Amino acid sequence: MKRSVNIWNGIDKTSIVLFLLLVLMGWINIYAAVFNEEHSGILDFSQRYGKQFLWIIASLILAVFIVIIDNRFYFFFAWFIYGASMLLLLLVVIFGKEINGAKSWFEFGAISLQPSELAKFATALALAAYLNTKRQDLTKLAVIFPAAAIILCPAMLTMLQPDLGSAIVYVSLFIVLFREGMSPYIFVSGLLAIVLFFLTLLTNNLYLTIALIVIAVILLWFATHKWKLVLFGSGIFLLVAGMLYMLDHYLIKSIGNELVIFISLILSGVIYAFYVFNKRAVSVLVIYLFLIGSIMYVNSVNYAFDHLLKAHQKERVDILLGFKSDLHGTGYNVNQSIISIGSGGFSGKGFLQGTQTKFKFVPKQSSDFIFCTVGEEWGFLGSGVIIGIYLFLLLRLIKLAERQRSDFSRIYGYCVVSILFTHIFLNIGMAIGLVPVIGIPLPFLSYGGSSLWGFTILLFIFLRLDASRTEYLV
Amino acid sequence: MKDSFINRKYVIMALVVFATLGLLVRLFIIQVVKNTYRISADNNVLRYIPQYPARGLIYDRNGKLIVFNQAAYDLMVVPSQVTKIDTLGFCDFLGISADLFRKQMKLAINYSRRAPSVFLKQVSNETYARFQEKMFMYPGFYVQPRTLRKYSKPVAAHILGYVSEVDDGVIKKNPYYKPGDYIGKSGIEESYEKDLRGRRGVKIFLVDVFSRIKGSYAGGKLDTLAVQGSDIVSGIDLDLQDYGELLMKNKRGSVVAIEPQTGEVLTLISAPDYDPALLVGRVRSENFAKLQGDSVLQPLFNRALMASYPPGSTFKPINGLIGLQEGVINAQTLFECHRGYLFVACHAHPSPLSIVGAIGNSCNAYFCQTYRRVLENPAYNTVADAYDKWRKYVNEFGFGNKLGTDFVNELAGFIPSTEYFDKYYGKNRWKALTVISMAIGQGEVGTTPLQMANYTAAIANRGYFYTPHVVKSVGPDHLIDNRFTTKHQIDIDTANFEKIVLGMEQAVNSGTAAGVKLKDIIMCGKTGTAQNPHGANHSVFIAFAPKDNPKIAIAVYVENAGFGATYAAPIASLMIEKYLKGAITNKVLEKRILELNLQGTNSEAER
Repeated sequence: MKRSVNIWNGIDKTSIVLFLLLVLMGWINIYAAVFNEEHSGILDFSQRYGKQFLWIIASLILAVFIVIIDNRFYFFFAWFIYGASMLLLLLVVIFGKEINGAKSWFEFGAISLQPSELAKFATALALAAYLNTKRQDLTKLAVIFPAAAIILCPAMLTMLQPDLGSAIVYVSLFIVLFREGMSPYIFVSGLLAIVLFFLTLLTNNLYLTIALIVIAVILLWFATHKWKLVLFGSGIFLLVAGMLYMLDHYLIKSIGNELVIFISLILSGVIYAFYVFNKRAVSVLVIYLFLIGSIMYVNSVNYAFDHLLKAHQKERVDILLGFKSDLHGTGYNVNQSIISIGSGGFSGKGFLQGTQTKFKFVPKQSSDFIFCTVGEEWGFLGSGVIIGIYLFLLLRLIKLAERQRSDFSRIYGYCVVSILFTHIFLNIGMAIGLVPVIGIPLPFLSYGGSSLWGFTILLFIFLRLDASRTEYLV
Repeated sequence: MKDSFINRKYVIMALVVFATLGLLVRLFIIQVVKNTYRISADNNVLRYIPQYPARGLIYDRNGKLIVFNQAAYDLMVVPSQVTKIDTLGFCDFLGISADLFRKQMKLAINYSRRAPSVFLKQVSNETYARFQEKMFMYPGFYVQPRTLRKYSKPVAAHILGYVSEVDDGVIKKNPYYKPGDYIGKSGIEESYEKDLRGRRGVKIFLVDVFSRIKGSYAGGKLDTLAVQGSDIVSGIDLDLQDYGELLMKNKRGSVVAIEPQTGEVLTLISAPDYDPALLVGRVRSENFAKLQGDSVLQPLFNRALMASYPPGSTFKPINGLIGLQEGVINAQTLFECHRGYLFVACHAHPSPLSIVGAIGNSCNAYFCQTYRRVLENPAYNTVADAYDKWRKYVNEFGFGNKLGTDFVNELAGFIPSTEYFDKYYGKNRWKALTVISMAIGQGEVGTTPLQMANYTAAIANRGYFYTPHVVKSVGPDHLIDNRFTTKHQIDIDTANFEKIVLGMEQAVNSGTAAGVKLKDIIMCGKTGTAQNPHGANHSVFIAFAPKDNPKIAIAVYVENAGFGATYAAPIASLMIEKYLKGAITNKVLEKRILELNLQGTNSEAER
């Protein structure tokens, strides 16, 4: 097909403007964050703000480059790029330099490269390519599995480094699958799993188990609208549980309440099975299995938390949940961050007047905690503006994604939205104490060549695809 | 292409919008609604000011204060706050040179411009008081209160130990300690460190960007109080200790006295000693180096615990006891003494003697023959077997092993085993006569003065002792480790002990120690003259008093001083009289001892 599209006309100017705004504000904020009186020129290359300028120039060049390349290039080379990225992710675990307990960077002399940032757009490309060529029905498991594999491969590789933040970003691509047809139940289950995870840690197992049973009973009512069934089912359970409890309380004395309830459920289930089999009551079966599954999940969460999470990760969750307040250790970052953002008030302290950031009380304030400078110096107004710009960008990208003719382009677009959204939400959420501390950059604002280029490439590939949206790809 | 899921875009958009709203709400709360952050941030850095606890006090057995605390102040500096000041005036107040000022400032700046560091350690109260008035003229400096040890009398340095700052090795081993903490070294300060140190507290302050304290963080909710260290009551009698150290001035040796019924150490002296105040505070390092460098006097060396001497004739009672218990002699057994026995010489005295007289007159021949009988006892197959049994008795008295006291660094002494002799002479190649010198406490036998005092206490008790301990009780509940209240019984009949006691009574009454007999107090003792291959003999004396219901058991060693009766015995008797009566009758004797100077004689203590 002839490329009869004039790229400049087709490319979305709004997005470019938003991009430039963010990059510029990012640069200015980095200047404020790590401002050094002795090197006060913004173009001083010994300081981060000077370096960021270089990264910005480089990323602009990259952007131009990407836009010039034919859009079909991305489609045809998607797998190749993906494969190369996976290889890099594997290599970095072996050859990477260890910083802060994680091997996320390659170091070639003065240049550092973080493959994880590059792998993000590669995964997006691969996912889009896969779902496009298959043109498959994502309601079918046979299609979901390979898609999940494309997503989980980099997720697991980054966990080897370990880099939890990036892994979560990859997992967020399941949102794209949802858009493309995957059953919402999988989603809801995922969400429920997260909620239960935190609830399990916050409250005690027994109450949770009882709550789950009550929920199951309610669900049963909604599913069948049969009073007698519900009463009967509950009655059987209570009878069995009562007997078992008596037995334990007076005779055996070693089973414990939780186990009593669980065993009673199993035993009752045997009785329920007859009903289910006779009446082919699928919904009852589903609810029952869900109940059993949830209880087992709750128990395994506790086990996993105690035995599988590393100490510092446990600490971070504990601090988030308010179990621990460690002003001097792990909680220090978040504490300082909240203080500095909170102290910004409504309109902030003013440019270069942020005492917290000025006196370096927030660690990593030019990279992971860059939002602190925004919050402190520009206050709620400024923070709101930044968040607003992000929101605008995301919604705009969704709109752009929807207007694509090719599935490939649309899917890729949604991937971009997912990835950006996850970064934004987790990074800002962490800085204001809504989310446990996860090291993850804020798109276009955080200092760093790798992350800036990663996001630029991610975005501009989509803008390029969008510029040719009226074409079909293959 | 039909896209049947297109409506899902609304779900995704909703998700994005809601998440964003969540962020905004939270932001609104912490930025606009809650103003605590504004305040926190304005003040920001949390300055953790440690609240150092006062160290526990140490009392003597009668409630007299031995060690207490005095206030001292560390002068701290925050370099970034120090503006142009009158350096000369400042140095004047502190009594330091301008050079030192520059040097310390440089160190502080190197450490950190914004964090505080110690500018001058332990400035005295006077300096602090004078400086307080002018402190406003010198921004950037402030004081951190500390406590230092102060001693009511310049005695008992070896018993008490001293306090110094922790080093990296200690911090690594024990994470309680942080740089700047103090820790006890040697003596009671070390062995009871955990009780004495208390617990450090912390006050968290808010400081502004200029490191000026603006107030308490969280209203002081997270502050913790320092918990003062537990006080310790030691068994030491301060007056006795003072007197003993006075008597031992200008001499080398040691004195240890124990209360037999409890094992509490009444006094422990190692001469030459030093004023414990020398090792307090700023002057400690310098003085410590000086004391350590004194290779002639070696004042830091605690002879009472760490010097192993041959006991000499003071060892005879134990051989007498073993002989009686093994049945190779009895109260009536007589041995001839021809100014000696075989190759072992003896001084002039009536002959033959029974056990009581032998002890009273310190007859070498009697004990050589007794010892020979013990080792050649036909009840045992070989001399080695008999020797093993003999050694077992000796060990029961606490010789040859560490006693397990609460002193730091005690020596075990040396009572050779059969393996030792086998190695040295060859198996079955040594007999009683080979090792006969041990009968009179010479040869390879090595004992420490502490062990000697303990053994004397065992005799005084007629057959048992309590592990000697310098601390009587710890803390307000007066606790003491129950290893110190465990009786150690010796496997020798009380009746045998009575005979030995009679012998020791005779020694003081009319025997070798007659010169130091006390008026009104029945003292039992044993003289000893320990031969010293490096120089003049050591003068040794062990004693306890009163004979019945003894209150004090004492061992005295005076190095290079000749006969036991000459110096060690008078010192022991003076101290016993001082302890039991409070006053001295024989002033002439006291004067002689006080004026005695043995520093010129050369030798080394055997270690």
